[in-house]
Amino acid sequence: MKASDRDLRGMKDDEFVDILEERRCSSDLGHAFRTFNPQPYKGGPPCSAADLNKALLDSHFLHRVVKEVAMETGSSQEKVMEEAGEILVEMSHNLHLPFIRLMGYTFSKVIKRLFTSIFVNMDGLNTLQQAVQENPVILMPNHRSYVDFLIISYILFTYDIPVPVIAAGVPLAEMKIVGEILRRSGAFFIRRSIGSDKLYWAVLSEYVRGIVRHGFAPVEFYVEGLRSRTLKSLTPKLGMMQMVLEPYFKGEVFDITLVPISISYDRVLEESLLARELLGVPKPKESTAGLLKASRVLQEDYGSMQVNFGQPLSVRKLCEGKINRSYYNLVPRDLPMKPSAEALACVSWLAHVVVGLQERGSLISPWSLMACLLIQEPTTVLAEQGLLWDDLTEKTLWLRKMVLDFGARLNWPGEAPNSAVMSSAISLHRSIVYLKAGRVYLTQEEVPLRRHRISPEEGVFRTAVPVLMLAAYRNQSLHALVRPAMLAMSICITRSTQRDELFRFFCFLQEVFANEFIFIPGNLSQDFEEACLCLNSCGAVYISEQEVRVSEQSSEVITFLQKLLQPFIDSYQLIFRCVCEEEQVQVFTEKQFLAAVRALALKLILSGETESELHTYETLSSDTQKNVLSALCRLEAVAKLRTSEINEFKVNKAAVRRITDALCGKIPPQMLQAPPDARL
Amino acid sequence: MTICIPLGVPVPHFGNLGAKSFTNNLSGHFCTQHYESPCLSFNRHEVMKWNGWGYSDSRFLFNKKGQAEFTGKRYKLSGMILPALKDWFEGTFGASLQHKSPATPLLNTSAVQAPTLNQDFVEELKSIGVPFSHEAEDRAFRGHGHCLHEIFALREGKIGRVPDMVVWPNCHNDVEKIVALACKHNVCLIPYGGGTSVSSALECPPEETRSIVSLDTSQMNRILWIDEKNLTAHVEAGIIGQDLERLLNESGYCTGHEPDSMEFSSLGGWVSTRASGMKKNIYGNIEDLVVHIKMVTPQGVIEKSCQGPRMSTGPDIHHFILGSEGTLGVVTEVTMKIRPVPEYQKYGSVVFPNFEQGVACLREVAKQRCAPASIRLMDNEQFMFGHALKPQVSSIFTSFLDGLKKFYITKFKGFDPSRLCVATLLFEGNREKVLQHEKQVYDIAAKFGGLAAGEDNGQRGYMLTFVIAYLRDLGMDYYVIAESFETSVPWDRVLDVCRNVKARVVRECKDKGVQFSPLSSCRVTQTYDAGACVYFYFAFNYRGLSDPVHVYEQVEHAAREEILANGGSLSHHHGVGKLRKEWMRETVSEVGVGMLQSVKDYVDPKNIFGNRNLL
Repeated sequence: MKASDRDLRGMKDDEFVDILEERRCSSDLGHAFRTFNPQPYKGGPPCSAADLNKALLDSHFLHRVVKEVAMETGSSQEKVMEEAGEILVEMSHNLHLPFIRLMGYTFSKVIKRLFTSIFVNMDGLNTLQQAVQENPVILMPNHRSYVDFLIISYILFTYDIPVPVIAAGVPLAEMKIVGEILRRSGAFFIRRSIGSDKLYWAVLSEYVRGIVRHGFAPVEFYVEGLRSRTLKSLTPKLGMMQMVLEPYFKGEVFDITLVPISISYDRVLEESLLARELLGVPKPKESTAGLLKASRVLQEDYGSMQVNFGQPLSVRKLCEGKINRSYYNLVPRDLPMKPSAEALACVSWLAHVVVGLQERGSLISPWSLMACLLIQEPTTVLAEQGLLWDDLTEKTLWLRKMVLDFGARLNWPGEAPNSAVMSSAISLHRSIVYLKAGRVYLTQEEVPLRRHRISPEEGVFRTAVPVLMLAAYRNQSLHALVRPAMLAMSICITRSTQRDELFRFFCFLQEVFANEFIFIPGNLSQDFEEACLCLNSCGAVYISEQEVRVSEQSSEVITFLQKLLQPFIDSYQLIFRCVCEEEQVQVFTEKQFLAAVRALALKLILSGETESELHTYETLSSDTQKNVLSALCRLEAVAKLRTSEINEFKVNKAAVRRITDALCGKIPPQMLQAPPDARL
Repeated sequence: MTICIPLGVPVPHFGNLGAKSFTNNLSGHFCTQHYESPCLSFNRHEVMKWNGWGYSDSRFLFNKKGQAEFTGKRYKLSGMILPALKDWFEGTFGASLQHKSPATPLLNTSAVQAPTLNQDFVEELKSIGVPFSHEAEDRAFRGHGHCLHEIFALREGKIGRVPDMVVWPNCHNDVEKIVALACKHNVCLIPYGGGTSVSSALECPPEETRSIVSLDTSQMNRILWIDEKNLTAHVEAGIIGQDLERLLNESGYCTGHEPDSMEFSSLGGWVSTRASGMKKNIYGNIEDLVVHIKMVTPQGVIEKSCQGPRMSTGPDIHHFILGSEGTLGVVTEVTMKIRPVPEYQKYGSVVFPNFEQGVACLREVAKQRCAPASIRLMDNEQFMFGHALKPQVSSIFTSFLDGLKKFYITKFKGFDPSRLCVATLLFEGNREKVLQHEKQVYDIAAKFGGLAAGEDNGQRGYMLTFVIAYLRDLGMDYYVIAESFETSVPWDRVLDVCRNVKARVVRECKDKGVQFSPLSSCRVTQTYDAGACVYFYFAFNYRGLSDPVHVYEQVEHAAREEILANGGSLSHHHGVGKLRKEWMRETVSEVGVGMLQSVKDYVDPKNIFGNRNLL
């Protein structure tokens, strides 16, 4: 392969190897019974699940908490201790090599059906193999599908690296048989809502710290907390992250290694389920019966999957100068204590850094690039006239060059001609679009035969499902485009060329969209700088000390990027309008809020009032709606009322209007309360 | 009965008297011969190295056959061949006997700056008849301690700012006169005791423009009286540790204060650095041993009016003196507790499967308050090092026995040779009690998987203490530099501090471009009710580094940061000096520093004692 070809594929440095290739030509049983011989951990001897549990129940820390809880609740210490034991039984993993083998065997069978290939970067695995010998390792994959759950264990088992213990939600444990298999494959289970259950927190945190301290098995958890319904990164959750890091803060381990892992899919198994969930269809409860029913998804083709193991990060190096570990010097080691504000900020920063690296490590598929373009077409065009195939392919190749200029990693197969790559992407995603007579159309679910008419609302829903799926695949590319896109948006809205004015608006956009796009706290100037360099690299702008000036000939870049973010702006504006519209209402619950937004959006789509109506389909997504609500809270335009049992919100309409005006450039954003750089 | 030696009577070769009836337990390590001329007199540098540790006649070298040997006759190890040392040395450091980095053999006196003399001071000094010198050799000898960077520079023949003259007061009164003259003529005084500082405390501040006078206390080396009713001895502060013990031994007594430097360090030095002795479990540290201190300051003499064993008279003024590191005045006389020489002494050792178990055992021993006179736990690296220092075995029988022991521990008991570690023990007292005590300790050790490993190993462990400083000079002949540092830490953090500091040293060396992985090792040397003292050693091969001393300083700095971050103290007994000054504020708080500063401002407003240690 020529160098230039490689560059165009976007998989530059890393040797990605298809691990299924070997599975297809040798016995799965042989693989399951392979000699598993990982390098031992230098920090200490191995420790069984039972040893770990015993150490936890004997720990001074737990005894202290048990004593406190007994005092508070008035029950006896023995009883509380018993309770702690029960929590531990529910929680603890029971990692057994035979079960890993069983899991490996089943997994081989299933994934060979689902995927044509699973690409893994070998140098990432090699560095990981070194890292697990030195320090406790935390594996931090992104979470896009249930398939993520065991793939890491499967890969590590295949390459003689200690299999991880994995944080999972309790609902998984409750699945018959499957729960137990997962437990023996290394899963431990955490309740979804812990609230203020002191004993539960104590058992969980000490359990996690215990695993990290022993260090012989890597810990795997999803820093995003849950599966992303939109295939976009989620704001990291900090609870688990903090538990995992505490042994370092307290000096109980020399260092901790974080390994960001980016898993990307050509096609996500749950794509339509996720879209439906966003539209308000409840998620089916995890059950073994459900899993068996879902086995029909096995009949379909999901293309390839890429697992990219990032460079190991030393927590010690990252935290240098950020945290004063002597904070713990004056209290007993095992005293339950709140982390310092400094430590919390550091945990949050680290979590964002990891999410950022997960994003940068993800491979963008040709289909995702096409989705970016498709979703910019009006829905009516896609649904009725169709989009010219040649236009789409030409623009996709243009976009491919642009994202490569921006430094993104692409997964563009190099062997086949470009047109074949794109048409196979279309056929893989026939649940969303199809190609007919040189045009691309949106796929809509067939109307059941016995019903002749469908209601207008149902009609919207039929369109919304593929549109939201399309949006999700667009989101797979967003991380590479969002910074320059925000700059493009700033240029379009402010119509300014002044660097500092653009920077101010850029910061404002980051603040408003903090739940949509994950940015590292305190990194604003670098993000802006990167945005400028990206636009400059593709010739869209000239930059100087004071100015960022759009070049005449490449206005299509700016237009494309602006249109990429437009749905978000539109959705936010629409929801802001909704919040302000209701005349008398000052206080509402989240449920009322979601219902009101949905009703308004439906009304607008049906009336065809908005000019580019497709974009309002994203307003229907419950994810967008919730993000707007928390953005309003963050910007202090909406206050959460702490007094009420159910979460109630009080709106400050004037403040919401100010944000609305700032967002469309009517007033400068600095009138808002939140100063851009204060967030850390 | 009180033995009284009248003040002012010079006893130039006091030490000779002691050679006859030497019963001190030091016999374990030193031979008696060297006491024939022990008095470290005006010309100390004639018997001691000017650019390395200890006596000139005692040093390690690799002989023509490439075997290591220790020269001289002073120590038990003297004249012996150490067959395993070469392989250990080359294997551990990646060093080679082919690559030598020899020291400058002789002090080049022209490299020493000409003295800045304060003529008025010199004239008046002459009139009071106190001996002094401004010879280059005398001055260079007293311008440094034994930090690595100090010795490294000397070996390269580099001499920085040194004292401009040396004075040798003979008694307390002489000191009073010198201090008064120094105040009158604004001369900077730096007290000098044994010169074993490892905190840059003896380095002359380069910014000092006044004439610097080194006040050498070596002539104030008499025991003024022994009080057998109260079991105290009144001693001049210039006396050297081994002389003090030997002289007291003649009367059947000892202080029991045995810091590792006791061959060369002085009583005054112990007081002004808050020294700690190996056998503190029985005798206490220096602050527990002193009953009365006399110190000459620019404001006059400070002392208590009586010798009551404990007083409630406001903050103890002794604690302004203890640890003042020569910044307030000169300690001239000290009354110390003494004890009868113990009837029986026994060494011992215990092998543990790993360091964690060893620490747990020491913790339990401390909890039951049954610590022997000394108990020390070496980690695996030091255990290996200790093995490399085994002398050539004299008979097949001993080597057979050694092999059997090794087989028993590693094969039969399943100890992993790369993880096991050893504790060395020293028991003291009457025979019956020692044996009883020994059993108690071994029983505790057994609970933590410890196996008794014989007296020999124990004794060799303690011997190592005295020769290890000589070994650094050998390393420096072959591109290996080494340093030790210490801390004290609560029990629950001992393991964390040990692990993290050792790992930090390794990582820093790697980051700073050290080619071969360093030796990074530690041992727990003292136990207390609430914690322990931990000693670290690190050494590395500096071939290929352009500025090895700078690298070493960065590594040591990082290691100290690591200690502090993990809840360890700035120092257990080495003191602060100038080396660790930067951390004083965070160590004792802003107000604490202010308190100390206000004492300094009152006692010494003109900064006559201007060594700039501590603050």
